[in-house]
Amino acid sequence: MSIYIDENICNGCKGLAEARCERICPGDLCYRKENTKAAIRDQSACWTCACCVKECPVQAIELRLPFQISCNAASLKAQLKRNRTIWTIKDASGQVEEYVIQARSLKGD
Amino acid sequence: MGITRIDCDILIIGGGAAGCFAAVEIYKRSPDCNVLIMEKAHIERSGCLAMGLNAINAYIHPGQTPESYVANVEKQFEGVIRKDLVYSIAKGLNSAVRDVEEMGLPIEKNDDGTYKMRGKRSIRICGERLKPILAEAVCKTKAQVLNRVVATNFIYDGERVLGAFGYGVRNSNFYVVKAKAVIVATGGASGIYRSNNAGEARNLIWYCPWNVGTGYAMGIRIGAEMTSFENRFIALRVKDVHAPTGIIAVGARSKQINAHGEDYLECYYKHLGGNKCLTHHRLLATIEETKAGRGPCYLDTTTLSVDEEKRLKEDFLNMNPPIILLWAANGMNPRTKPVEIHGTEPFIVGGHCQAGYWIDKDRRTTIPGLYAAGEAAGGAPKKYVSGSWVEARIASATALEDIKGFPHKKIDDSLILKEQERVLSSLNKKTGVLPHEIRERLQKIMDEYAGGISMNYALHEERLLEARRLLRCLKERTNDVKSENNYSLVDVLECIDKLDVARVLVEHLIYRKETRWSCYQARLDYPEKDDKRWRVFVNSIYNPDTDEIRMVERPLDR
Repeated sequence: MSIYIDENICNGCKGLAEARCERICPGDLCYRKENTKAAIRDQSACWTCACCVKECPVQAIELRLPFQISCNAASLKAQLKRNRTIWTIKDASGQVEEYVIQARSLKGD
Repeated sequence: MGITRIDCDILIIGGGAAGCFAAVEIYKRSPDCNVLIMEKAHIERSGCLAMGLNAINAYIHPGQTPESYVANVEKQFEGVIRKDLVYSIAKGLNSAVRDVEEMGLPIEKNDDGTYKMRGKRSIRICGERLKPILAEAVCKTKAQVLNRVVATNFIYDGERVLGAFGYGVRNSNFYVVKAKAVIVATGGASGIYRSNNAGEARNLIWYCPWNVGTGYAMGIRIGAEMTSFENRFIALRVKDVHAPTGIIAVGARSKQINAHGEDYLECYYKHLGGNKCLTHHRLLATIEETKAGRGPCYLDTTTLSVDEEKRLKEDFLNMNPPIILLWAANGMNPRTKPVEIHGTEPFIVGGHCQAGYWIDKDRRTTIPGLYAAGEAAGGAPKKYVSGSWVEARIASATALEDIKGFPHKKIDDSLILKEQERVLSSLNKKTGVLPHEIRERLQKIMDEYAGGISMNYALHEERLLEARRLLRCLKERTNDVKSENNYSLVDVLECIDKLDVARVLVEHLIYRKETRWSCYQARLDYPEKDDKRWRVFVNSIYNPDTDEIRMVERPLDR
C-alpha cells in the first residue's frame, strides 16, 4: 500500500466538481466513489509522491510504503499552510515526529 | 464524444518546469500573444517535480564562469556534448533562478544576500512547492491551460507542425489545437526498462512514471531528427525509495563505503579518480563492488551531526518523502545506519543526460514550427531544472520571432479523422491485449536484451539485434490492444509511446560501436572508448511510411 485514505475523515470534498486528490494526482489515480469518498484505483501505480497527502484539506490521506519495501508500518501526513508545510511522521513504534518547513517566501517576509 | 477546436498563437505541450516558464516568458515579451498549455495531469503538481525539489544543481557561483561550466559538462560526458547549447544555458542560469525566486521560491542565502553555495554548481532551495509556485505564475498570465488533456500527436501536413491533437481524460473530448508554433516541453521517458521494484511497488521508481516519452514519440512519428538516445541515464540512488544521493554526498559530504566499511572509490577506483571521479564512474564502481562480493554499498551518513541529520531530513521531505518513511518504518536514522545505494533502471532524459530532439542554437527542431525545451531537447546534459528554464526562455523568444506575420494554416479534415480513429481504436475492441501486458513485455525485452538491471546494464550486438526483432513483433501486437475506460486508454497511448521510444533507443545502442559512458552506454563487444571514430553525435530519423529508422552522424564541432 502506498497511500491510505481514512474514510472516517474523508468528506469527498463535497460540493467540488472533483475531490482535491482527484484533481491533483499526477498519475490520475484518485477518484470519488459514488461521489462520497476518495479512493485510489491502483495502488501499484502510485509513485508515492505525496501530492494527494499534501492537497487533502482534512488530512484524511497518509503516505505508507508498500509491504515489500518494509514490513513495518510507518506513516506520513502533511498539512499545507500559506508559506510552510507541516509534516507528521509516525514511526513503527508509534512515536510521532513533526517537521515545519518553509515552502514559499511571501512578499514582505 | 465531441471535438473541441481551439486556435492559439503558441501551443506549449507539457506544463512542467520548462512549459510553465515558457508561458510566463512569452507574456513578458508579447502580452497580446495567445498561449495555450496542454497538460496531461494538472500543472500544479505534474511531471518529474511533482514530489518537490531541494536543490538547483546548475548555477554559476562567483569564481565560476559559463566557460568553466561548459568545461565541466564536457568532461562529465566524455567530450560528447553540444557546447553551443550548454554555453547558451550557462549564460542564462542565474537570471532564470532569480526569476523563480521572485515568483516565491525560498532559496538559502548568505548574510550578504547571495545564494549560499551548496556544491560547486549547486544551491539549496525549499522546493516542496516549486510546481505550485510556477503554476501560480502561469495563472497570473492570460495563458489558457488545458489540464487533463493528453497530447497524442502533432498536427503535421508533411511540411510544418500546425498544432497538436489531444484527448481529454475528464470529458472524453478529442482536441484539435491549431497553433502557429509549438514548443514541446514534455518530460523524458521512464517505464521503458523493468524497475528495481515489482508488484505493488512497481512504480516506486526514480523518475516520474507518467513521463513516458510522449514528446519524443510524437516527434519520432513525424520524422523529427533525434539525438543521443544511447546516452541513457542510470541514477545512483538510495535503495528502494530512489531518494537522491547528491544531497548526502554533496550536501552532507558523506563517503561511499562498501560492506567492509571501505571508502571504495579511494581503495579500488583510484585510476578513475577516486572520490573525484565522474558521475558515471561512481555508478560503475558501485556495480563493480557488488560483482566483487563487497556489496551492499552505502553512503556513510553516520558521521553527520544532530543538526546535519535534521537538515538532511528536511531536505528529503522537500524532495522525496518516501525515504523519511523508510527510516521511520525501520526504526533507524541516517546517524545510526549508513544509507544503502544502488543503480536504478535506465531512463531516457534530456535533463541529466542528453537524449532528445536535435535542435539548433535557438531551439528549433528539424521540423518547421516545432521548438523544444527542457527534457525534450537533446545535446545539453546536466541542464536540470534551471537549464530547462533557460531553454524555455530561448525557445519562447525564437518561436515569437518566427511567427511574426505568420498566418494560421488550414488543417485537412482527413488528418483529424485519422488521428481520432487511432486514439480511440482501443476503446472499441471487445477482446484484445491489455496495456499492462504490452508494458510488461516491453520491460522484459529491454531489461534482458537491451542492457537493463538484470544485465548490469551491459550491451552487445547479438542481444541488441534480438531486442530489435522482439520489439518489432510487439509493435505489431499493439494493433490488438484494448482499453476499457479513459484511464486505460491513456495507458494504451503511453505504452505505444514507450515502444516507439524503445525502438529508436535500440537502434542508437546498436549504432554506437564503442563504450562512451560506463553503464549508460557500455558495450561488451566494444569495451573501449574510441575517440578517433566516435567523437560524433548519433542521430536518428524515423520514416513513418516505411517503418524504418535511418541513423545519421553529426560532427561535434559547431
